[in-house]
Amino acid sequence: MSGTSVTTVMLCGVGGQGTILAADLLAKVAAASGLDVKLSEVHGMAQRGGSVDTIVRFGDHVYSPVTDPGMVDHLVGFEIIEAARRIHYVRPDGRILVSATAIQPLPVLTGDLPAPHGLELILADEGAIFIDAEEIACEAGSPKSANVVLMGALSTGLPFAIEVWRDVISNRVPSHTIESNLRAFELGREACQRGECEQ
Amino acid sequence: MSRMLLSGNEAVAQGAWEAGVTVGVGYPGTPSTETLERFSKLEGVYAEWASNEKVALEVAAGVSLAGSRVLVTMKHVGLNVAADPLFTLAYTGVRGGLVILVADDPGMHSSQNEQDSRNYAAFARVPMLEPSDSAEALAFTREAYELSERFDIPVLVRSTVRISHAKSLVDTAARVAAPTPEPYVTDAAKWVMMPAMAKRRRIDLDRRLSDLEQFADETQLNRAEYRDAAIGIVSSGVCYQHVREAVPEASTLKIGMGFPLPSRMLREFASRVDALYVVEEADDYLARSLRSFGIAVTPLSLATSGELTPGAIRSAFQLPEPELREADDSLPPRPPLMCPGCPHRPVFDALRKTHAVVTGDIGCYTLGALQPLAAMDTCVDMGASIGMAHGAELAGGLGRRPVVAVIGDSTFAHSGITGLMNTVYNGGAGTVLILDNRITAMTGHQGNPINGIPLQKRDAHEVDLYALVRAIGVPRVRIVNPHDLAAVRSALDEETAAPEFSVIIYKAPCALLVKETPDPFAVVEEACTACGVCVKLGCPAIGKAEMTGKAYIDVSLCVGCKQCVQVCRYNAIQHTGPACDFKGAELS
Repeated sequence: MSGTSVTTVMLCGVGGQGTILAADLLAKVAAASGLDVKLSEVHGMAQRGGSVDTIVRFGDHVYSPVTDPGMVDHLVGFEIIEAARRIHYVRPDGRILVSATAIQPLPVLTGDLPAPHGLELILADEGAIFIDAEEIACEAGSPKSANVVLMGALSTGLPFAIEVWRDVISNRVPSHTIESNLRAFELGREACQRGECEQ
Repeated sequence: MSRMLLSGNEAVAQGAWEAGVTVGVGYPGTPSTETLERFSKLEGVYAEWASNEKVALEVAAGVSLAGSRVLVTMKHVGLNVAADPLFTLAYTGVRGGLVILVADDPGMHSSQNEQDSRNYAAFARVPMLEPSDSAEALAFTREAYELSERFDIPVLVRSTVRISHAKSLVDTAARVAAPTPEPYVTDAAKWVMMPAMAKRRRIDLDRRLSDLEQFADETQLNRAEYRDAAIGIVSSGVCYQHVREAVPEASTLKIGMGFPLPSRMLREFASRVDALYVVEEADDYLARSLRSFGIAVTPLSLATSGELTPGAIRSAFQLPEPELREADDSLPPRPPLMCPGCPHRPVFDALRKTHAVVTGDIGCYTLGALQPLAAMDTCVDMGASIGMAHGAELAGGLGRRPVVAVIGDSTFAHSGITGLMNTVYNGGAGTVLILDNRITAMTGHQGNPINGIPLQKRDAHEVDLYALVRAIGVPRVRIVNPHDLAAVRSALDEETAAPEFSVIIYKAPCALLVKETPDPFAVVEEACTACGVCVKLGCPAIGKAEMTGKAYIDVSLCVGCKQCVQVCRYNAIQHTGPACDFKGAELS
């Protein structure tokens, strides 16, 4: 299997959760660290509350912007059902970070389909680390920074300098939210370290 | 020069800007939209959203006639609308360089079909360039302007969703001044395409195409890369990147110019590899073309629809498969849905209750076809709702059910007005609902003639929708606030019962445009009788508790629109506190 020098990260969640901004941060950090990088996302209809994922791939040279089952090194689930939906994308030795949030799909909300049960156990069995991203985001001062909390958690398993992350975040988020976003990033890192998810 | 992380769309905009393009025009459509948005923000350019793609290309033809370089942007189905001017502009040719970005959607992430625009290049006889990443999107766009002027022809730049919406590193450069055109003189033989002149330009087009065919065999846009001779793969666009990843040892012929194809280069490549394969998505355009050149293509087992990935190509070449974790296929699907507070929701709630046959159209409101609203019978193309409703009426209607067309503001401006005139002219009946949410919403909030918001800061004018519909001659027209559920229903009942043709304009801004939202609501559990009426609105903020069947509201999603408050007969939905205090409703 080729591509050992390329790292593949998949961010998944529900349209509107901020996966695109998070992926943008990660891609910029990789680029600022001197690596080739490709990011692939889907806009349009899926963004209206649908199931979404964004792929970020970085390394010496990246060809394809997309990936396949069994090829993802890091899965970051912004929502637990969406993480479970993509578990087969993660390599057997890959890393799985999941926000504890569950957003029920409409067929569940309307009572047409049962809510999935036991996902935490299933994902834990697969080696997932859970992060209370929304709670931590509120603690950081901005409920909308859950995506940055998750990037903080992800950063503990990636070879990028903290300063580069901080620079990229500061340049990318609205100026009045820089402080809360940097705090969200730091708290995400700490939460992950508490969860002993460093590899 | 600086290095930037740009999407393919952004890179096309940058390439056009660097080429000295001064005017950009297009119609929004996923995955093309960000191209013109990005271009509009660059220095020293004029950019506008046109009312549709045909108009956009005609505006561009005028810019070109006047001697300036121009960028036109649209999605693949938009090129159907713009096909009429495209085919004849191949005859007339250009003065200023004219480049059309057309963004295809293999896999149909956000489209009603998967048509492959490469066929349009061959059909209309205009050259097409196919970048395989953002750096090429920039470079090819620059080159497209040179080709357009050198060969006197419009040039298509074809992207796909994995080019348009993939970001990669790009080296940007300074803007160059476009060449100054000769002073304008009337040239009827070139620009007035009535039969006598068109016949001559048709012959001239063949001459230009012949020159382009020769160019195709010489240009660096197409590139043979010889590695292992056992496998030779011809591909273009993002498929080339997938191929390099999946089969790195294979020899490749990378097609950067999808039309006309480099026949000599292809024949030489075929002669130097043991087996020649084609890897392409959407259509078998390359394989068919190669066979027409007499080149033998070894069959490969790849899906004939949807997107390709490196893994699909690895499988087709029977390369080792990765070890897999078990997929969970039991999870509930998560279809896209209307946002909390969406002004379209009450209209579909009412349509469902009236059992109307609803001919639909293209926009966020197409989501009204999904459960639990499930109140749309058709979605075909931009503007189809009005013509199809008229046709269904002509055929004697559909039982006793009223026929209602539903169309959005931007779609109405794009292609609905002609349909409305047709129904009025031919004495048709029925009811048309124009859902005027003051924005082109699905593509990410663009201006349009009905809201009067310009792409760049300048004076613009809002078309008076009510006056327009009246002027066309619709006998019954009214404007209704869609957030008032009783008014939505009574207007619908009255207009569908009336024998004359009628239009209801449901007018309220898209929920995402509403900045100041009141405090969210919550369900008072003791008052809730678990009747389920509010749940049937299909609001993502409202759920039905598994154990009790009672409703609950996720206050972090609720925008306080009060739609659910109006359907609750038990006064069980009340105001609550701000979002961060909320600890979440427990389902399990």
